[in-house]
Amino acid sequence: METILSPTLIEVRNLTFNRGSRLIFDNVDLDIRRGKITAIMGPSGTGKTTLLKLIGGQLTPQSGQVEIEGVNIHRLSRPDLYTLRKKMGMLFQSGALLTDLNVFENVAFPLREHTRLPETLIHHLVLMKLQAVGLRGARQLMPNELSGGMARRVALARALALDPMMILYDEPFTGQDPISMGVLVRLIRSINEALGLTSIIVSHDVQETLQIADWIYLISNGKIMGAGSPQELQQSTSAWVRQFIQAESDGPVPFHYPAPAYLDDLLGAFS
Amino acid sequence: MINELQKIGQQVLNSLERLGRAQLFLSQILARLPSLLWRPKLIVAQVYSVGVLSLTIISVSGLFVGMVLGLQGYNTLVNFGATDMLGVVVALSLVRELGPVLTSLLFAGRAGSALTAEIGLMKTTEQLAGMEMMAVDPIQRVIAPRFLAGVLAMPLLAALFSAIGILGGHLVVVELLEIDAGAFWSQMQDKTEFVEDILNGVIKSLVFGIVVTWIAVFEGYDCVPTSEGISRATTRTVVYSSLATLALDFILTALMFSTV
Repeated sequence: METILSPTLIEVRNLTFNRGSRLIFDNVDLDIRRGKITAIMGPSGTGKTTLLKLIGGQLTPQSGQVEIEGVNIHRLSRPDLYTLRKKMGMLFQSGALLTDLNVFENVAFPLREHTRLPETLIHHLVLMKLQAVGLRGARQLMPNELSGGMARRVALARALALDPMMILYDEPFTGQDPISMGVLVRLIRSINEALGLTSIIVSHDVQETLQIADWIYLISNGKIMGAGSPQELQQSTSAWVRQFIQAESDGPVPFHYPAPAYLDDLLGAFS
Repeated sequence: MINELQKIGQQVLNSLERLGRAQLFLSQILARLPSLLWRPKLIVAQVYSVGVLSLTIISVSGLFVGMVLGLQGYNTLVNFGATDMLGVVVALSLVRELGPVLTSLLFAGRAGSALTAEIGLMKTTEQLAGMEMMAVDPIQRVIAPRFLAGVLAMPLLAALFSAIGILGGHLVVVELLEIDAGAFWSQMQDKTEFVEDILNGVIKSLVFGIVVTWIAVFEGYDCVPTSEGISRATTRTVVYSSLATLALDFILTALMFSTV
């Protein structure tokens, strides 16, 4: 119950968001607790990444609000939004490293853009961040020389460069081999604890997320289908939650895309 | 019938909306230019990328265009016994028209397409979104330096094109066709006005520089973030830039050189 008691950092209230005529979020409420790892899970295409973009202020909802430390992020002026974003790190699925800069310069990029620190201090800070993700030796490599897992670790070091209070992870485990996956899972957990961060992980990798999350929201069809600690969700009686967590191919989320009756479809052409 | 009309109407509306977005984009770029003065390194790197790396194509093209002008001019003027005027023909054609216009067309194909592809790929690989989330304004950091570099590079490249073209003309007219070098240079100096010819040519290339680079950076920034989207955006950059160059050249020529 410790999770419930820690203070809220982000409050999402009555969030509604459409893309054209397609409803992505329908009156969604959720809380992100300070110092915890909160996971947002759901099937592909449910708008998990969109939710991160709404929280990061890259998208604006049609109605509802996202409050970070009591401030509605969508009401902020551009300079204020940028000031807030300096306290947020975001890890993109692709890593989003700047391809014309090497690993060292990528991690140094936010420091060079936002501070006037002397070169020796930038050097020390970058090496410390790279040491934390185990890639101090790779500092001279270019992004195209990195594996997918290494690129995400560099991106994580870059996200940590300005010592943010929170980090948003977009599908950090997708497309990783078992070793990189294990490395990333441990890194996210240990960095969150060591630096006292608040983390939001968007993912559909159930086992990895269950290992490290303190609290999980399951979303589908624009609504929250379930919420709780990993243990609570594993014991949930909801058919939908069970299907998702146990990775069953059929259930409330049908295996078949809506279609006319099979027999009619097969014989229809001849009748 | 009504559906067809609706489709046409929708396309017109979409085009107008896009034009509006492009205008807003340009004003955002212009608003960020003053603060770029504090970061000259960003501009220098881009001037190298769009300007210096275009030198080969501009120089070689200028040389051949000047040589062709010399040959064609000779074939016509020799009938009138006016081959002394070849220097004027070559210089005025280059400085007033061919220098700015051909440089702009070549620039659109070499540097404009590269700018669109680069920015489009940065958008597709989420590098621009990544900067946004690092509180770094991508228009300030990525777009504005490229725009300014394009605007600065175009008149310089056009000047170089014209200068090398005149040398190419000299090569053919004086060295090959053995027309008197004194007549070639003195007639050219006598008949080429600084304001009327050279300055107007520079103004043309400056206008082309603004328009072509604007189209290139906007197409990259506004592209659909897929490989097909980048390919289409790159094509649009070359097509729109070329058409805009030729249309603007007509308007500018009418304004500058018309005596009607």
